[in-house]
Amino acid sequence: MPDKHLSSQFDNELNSVSSRLMEMGGLVESQIQQAVYALSLFVENVADGVIENEHKVNTMEIEIDRELSMIIAKRQPTANDLRLLMAISKATANLERAGDEAAKIARMVKSMMTHGGFRALPSSELRLATEMASDLLRKSLDAFARLDTATAVTILKEDDLIDKEFDGFVRKLITYMMEDPRTISSSLDLLFVAKALERIGDHAKNIAELIIYIVKGEDVRHTSIEHIESTIK
Amino acid sequence: MQTTASPEVLSQNVLEVRNLNFYYGSFHSLKNINLDIQENSITAFIGPSGCGKSTLLRTLNRMYDLYPGQRAEGQIMFNGKNILDAKQDLNLLRARIGMVFQKPTPFPMSIYDNIAFGVRLYEDLSRSEMDDRVEWALQKAAIWNEVKDKLGQSGLSLSGGQQQRLCIARGIAVKPAILLLDEPTSALDPISTGKVEELVTTLKSEYTVVIVTHNMQQAARVSDYTAYMYLGDLVEFGETEQVFFKPKHKETEDYITGRFG
Repeated sequence: MPDKHLSSQFDNELNSVSSRLMEMGGLVESQIQQAVYALSLFVENVADGVIENEHKVNTMEIEIDRELSMIIAKRQPTANDLRLLMAISKATANLERAGDEAAKIARMVKSMMTHGGFRALPSSELRLATEMASDLLRKSLDAFARLDTATAVTILKEDDLIDKEFDGFVRKLITYMMEDPRTISSSLDLLFVAKALERIGDHAKNIAELIIYIVKGEDVRHTSIEHIESTIK
Repeated sequence: MQTTASPEVLSQNVLEVRNLNFYYGSFHSLKNINLDIQENSITAFIGPSGCGKSTLLRTLNRMYDLYPGQRAEGQIMFNGKNILDAKQDLNLLRARIGMVFQKPTPFPMSIYDNIAFGVRLYEDLSRSEMDDRVEWALQKAAIWNEVKDKLGQSGLSLSGGQQQRLCIARGIAVKPAILLLDEPTSALDPISTGKVEELVTTLKSEYTVVIVTHNMQQAARVSDYTAYMYLGDLVEFGETEQVFFKPKHKETEDYITGRFG
């Protein structure tokens, strides 16, 4: 927030909760990267680490929500302050769910390792989708920190690309399963991984929409990209 | 500045302020104010001290006429007439547009007479009609149950919150069209404030209320429309929900979020 409040304590509270959100974002990003690393090399202990750390993300969500409730009770925020706090609460929920997706990927890696036959599958072809999803989440958090609506719009557009990658990957998996039914169990696991990456992209997109909500006071969920672009002009 | 009241609302403007300027001697205190007050709504004026919100309220029933050296220019249309016109009957005007002040101002007389006094000036009611009117006004002001057994006691014997509700009862007893409230709860504790706010909300079905308040949350809670004033200018006027959620002007946003200074 560029302008200061009369109450510097209020500024401190807003800054503190904003940086907690970024901290949580950093943790979720690292969870995603670890899960993807576990997937690319099939390293079981890395997957275990991701599953163990999931509770840290959950705890942060609860702590941030508690801070937000205290600020609302004490300050009765209005206008852009109110929108910021609402947006942080929703962004936190999206990050927590992105963290769940990372843990889901880790669990799928372990499941594929028990099912066997995973090395025959095109798991490396998820690399692009992985990079896109994790990059999108990082970008959405950076844009959130800077309240950058222009970047928010590019994120919304990029999420469509991840969705297209996902559709292509599903078609490919179907081919593998038809050719060799022994890969079905592992293919389904991999399908869940792809779906998790697609969901992470959706959470990044939701966070990007929140940036427009804070800055413009417009709720652009469930609206067209054309409408959103005209909103930020 | 135009009102942003939504056009689909079928209420009428009960007051239309046009190009209003106000002077305390040579000090230009209100600068070209244009504003519509809608019937059966609650309009709040907010702004920092000295912004002109109380001055604007006082022009609406010409309370300023009591003080020499103060003058208003422009138009305030009420029932098709400009109330700033020199020929305006001020007593009649103030019966139609009543006012309640910051500090409770009960008359030093019985609770009953506090209400009956104003009514007697304008209407010739029988004893039983007057009893009915007193009860009606006290009921409306949500204080009847607290005073019905002591109507003969002095109005000054009541608590601050009760005195303020008595003053509101006195204001509505003459059945005005508009009630002006000048910081009606700033001298009251939170419970009395809550009662007065509840009362104000129920009044709007029959009256138009204009309220000046230092308490922004109060404006957000009770009003339908909010006007933000600063240094004699009307900076922003719109639906309260819009003003508090997404103000159009940065000055308004800075004020309501506590960035003003």
